[in-house]
Amino acid sequence: MEENKSNTQGEIKYTAKDFASSQDVRWCPGCGDYSILAQMQRVSPDLGIKIQDFVWVSGIGCASRFPYYMNTYGFHGIHGRAPAIASGVKITKPNLSVWVASGDGDLLSIGGNHFIHACRRNIDLKILLFNNRIYGLTKGQYSPTSEKGKRTKSTPFGSVDYPFNPLSLAVGSGATFIARSLDRDAKHLKEMMTRAGKHKGTAFIEVYQNCNIFNDGAFELLTEKETKSDNVLVLEHGKPMIFGKNNDKGIKLDGLTPTIVNLSDDGYSVNDLWVHDEFDKDTFRAHIISKFTELEGFPTPIGVLRQELKSTYEEDLHQQIKQIKELKGEGDLRKLLFSGSIWEVNGN
Amino acid sequence: MEKTTLDLNSVTVRFAGDSGDGMQLTGSQFTNTTALVGNDLSTLPDFPAEIRAPAGTTYGVSGFQLHFSSEDIHTPGDSPDLLVAMNPAALKVNLHDLKPGATIIVNTNSFDAKNLRLAEYNTNPLEDGSLQGFNVVHVPLTQLTSIALENSGLSAKEIARSKNFFALGMMYWLYSRPIELTLKWVEAKFKDHPQLAAANEKALKSGYYFGENTELFTTRYQVKPAKLQKGIYRNISGNEALALGFITASVKSGLPLFLGSYPITPASDILHELSKHKNFGVITFQAEDEIAAVSAAIGAAFSGALAITTTSGPGLALKTEAIGLAVMTELPIVIIDVQRGGPSTGLPTKTEQSDLMQAMYGRNGEAPIAVIAASSPADCFEVALEASRIAIKYMLPVMFLSDGYIANGSEPWKIPEPDDIPKIEVNFRYAEEDFQPYKRNENLVRPWALPGTPGLMHRIGGLEKANITGNVSYDPENHEFMVRLRAQKVKNIENDIPPLKIIGDEDADLLVVGWGGTYGAITEALENVRRTGKKAAQVHFRYLNPFPKNTGQILKKYKRILCPELNMGQLSKILTSEFNVVIESFTKIQGLPFKTSELMERIEKILGEKNNGRK
Repeated sequence: MEENKSNTQGEIKYTAKDFASSQDVRWCPGCGDYSILAQMQRVSPDLGIKIQDFVWVSGIGCASRFPYYMNTYGFHGIHGRAPAIASGVKITKPNLSVWVASGDGDLLSIGGNHFIHACRRNIDLKILLFNNRIYGLTKGQYSPTSEKGKRTKSTPFGSVDYPFNPLSLAVGSGATFIARSLDRDAKHLKEMMTRAGKHKGTAFIEVYQNCNIFNDGAFELLTEKETKSDNVLVLEHGKPMIFGKNNDKGIKLDGLTPTIVNLSDDGYSVNDLWVHDEFDKDTFRAHIISKFTELEGFPTPIGVLRQELKSTYEEDLHQQIKQIKELKGEGDLRKLLFSGSIWEVNGN
Repeated sequence: MEKTTLDLNSVTVRFAGDSGDGMQLTGSQFTNTTALVGNDLSTLPDFPAEIRAPAGTTYGVSGFQLHFSSEDIHTPGDSPDLLVAMNPAALKVNLHDLKPGATIIVNTNSFDAKNLRLAEYNTNPLEDGSLQGFNVVHVPLTQLTSIALENSGLSAKEIARSKNFFALGMMYWLYSRPIELTLKWVEAKFKDHPQLAAANEKALKSGYYFGENTELFTTRYQVKPAKLQKGIYRNISGNEALALGFITASVKSGLPLFLGSYPITPASDILHELSKHKNFGVITFQAEDEIAAVSAAIGAAFSGALAITTTSGPGLALKTEAIGLAVMTELPIVIIDVQRGGPSTGLPTKTEQSDLMQAMYGRNGEAPIAVIAASSPADCFEVALEASRIAIKYMLPVMFLSDGYIANGSEPWKIPEPDDIPKIEVNFRYAEEDFQPYKRNENLVRPWALPGTPGLMHRIGGLEKANITGNVSYDPENHEFMVRLRAQKVKNIENDIPPLKIIGDEDADLLVVGWGGTYGAITEALENVRRTGKKAAQVHFRYLNPFPKNTGQILKKYKRILCPELNMGQLSKILTSEFNVVIESFTKIQGLPFKTSELMERIEKILGEKNNGRK
């Protein structure tokens, strides 16, 4: 039996330790997953959710071992199907807080269909994408987020296919909370996890995660002190888009075209810059931001790209059941079985 | 004109026309009325996979066959006594099935040059003498319907579409059935379209009166009510009975019913039916694909639902990996496979029993599950209850095999008294003390501990589990132990199911063995053969994994065993390998059910062979 302090009705103050299971963590030493696990265990006590109401669901891959290490209910599923399994869990018991841990192969390749449909339905799932742009557990093949030309075991001459942009995909699929963070930025990651945890609806966080064995340094520019500020744009609601070592670069939106301007010598002021609006109803601006990573010279945005409050699938489903019960009355088995054209045989 | 009424014991009629002619509707209406009259009945809808195949073509012909009787019957009948052919194509496709001397009612208006060409007739069969030997009744259906609906305000096209109701009215007259039930249906159906309601009513009545007044018919027929068991009945299709069965299982277990499903022929009607009954708290989740449908069901089972997924062969193939996950995580789900002709897309609207091997063995690794099959439309109700009971009691996936024939076919169902249906016991785990996710009870069943239960947080998944703790284990001996344990758990169900029952002559030399939807045809064939004084025994499997405990003992008692199946002999192979007996496999793979006559012929051939002993 694992220890826990959650078996009473009252308010219980959990600690990060309560969320650590007794299982030995078996990721490679130095893996970015350790940080993600640690931050999740740190923020979980403060989400206002009883420990027994958490469910972690995963598919297959390094990231998908995550549920074993959380002292909550957990379901290590099959490759790609975590969002579908999680949907069943959540729809049946909507009071549960259901989280999905997944990797770029699991969520975007074999499980791509389930991911976009979970987002489309706005099922209240928190989906964490551990994006290391490589297949780790199968020992180093390129993934659907690997950059074109990537040389891996399965692409010794470089990959010829274009990668997915996970944020664009999430925007296009209708996720109602979309964010990005970095395994190495503990504070930011915790903030994103907390906000996702408090969001109602499909919450998606892409976490850039370093695979130090098969794709080491994939996000170095974004995490190393010297290069970080020139390459990362921290999105904050209501704030202009500013980045750079000396906070001297900004992003301006000309029509539908984002441009980088230099605040120190171009004659631009902060007032000219694009002010980020998480609640922007028009998803096309979020889509433009999601594409920064594909634009030459643009910084990689982290933070909350967009959010929207609307009813969830399970809310609407249970509401419909409730309405129909009110309209037709609670199901009566006798009435049901004896419905339609019935006739009596008096026997012989 | 004076007309005589002739009593008949049993009649088989078939309605056939374009897939847009409303033949399925006409057939169902005739069926419902016939059920109300009190006949025993059995139906066989037969329609193309195309929704509206080009009008007039032979591949667009849709048919509905109904066998009704004053006696106990088991099949929709081998060959119709009467065919209603709405066009030349319908005549062409169905002619070879008819009884010699059968009556054919044709819509003469549709036998024009265009339709004859579409049906690939070089000469008009109504005129060239090729229908000699049949009793052909020429009715200008289209014309009579337009005259009847002249002042209805409907367009010519709408009027033409009502001719099926004219034909239905005529058939009601011919077989002495009341038109009231269909009138009520028309009223409800076209509640918001009074014009259409009036037109359909008029067409139906005109057809009825036409029958009464025309000189084409000198005789009408009557089939007296069957001597069914005392009780209240309704006519029910397999898919409908199955849906009602699972709602009943939900009520009797107190668990919410969760259906994860992706539309597929011929299983979609179950999704449609269950979607209607939300006041029972039924959750229907139309998933993005077959895999999501079963995966969501597995998640729902983890959350404590009575979780089911419905599909047909191609969908079952896709669900394979997830079913293995349910085996490993030991969660209760029911997978319903309404079998159709395969492989691949195969024959979507036709029946077959060719998924038995897939159901039994179609998973990676050693992954036995319980397999159970329904034998008739009404039987789907009981099998749904039984599948739910086994899944919940033993915490494992149960495969429920139905097929297109019993799914779409219908028969009178004696409605059970809801209070007499036993409760399905559910034991969720709440006690923290001594909790281990893979610690088992006397049946080797692990506890069902739901998320949300304080103190029982645990992790399950597809990796091999250590016995008792459920932790991930790669230990070689543990793996072998667990593989055998999961198999034993399935095997243990044999102590909890009724023994196989011999029908017919226990002391016969020949045993006919069947499973699933062939029950009716085999039973009828054997009844007919035995009526001639010959001896034969029958067993019919509902439980296919595990088999009933006395299976081997029964099989070994008989000199010869015949196993008719709508596949290439799948049950035969399984029985041969499990029980080391010699089985004569009799197979048909045409997308159609067995005819009673083909089975009788085969059985009689065996019984007629002098040296029929193998021992």
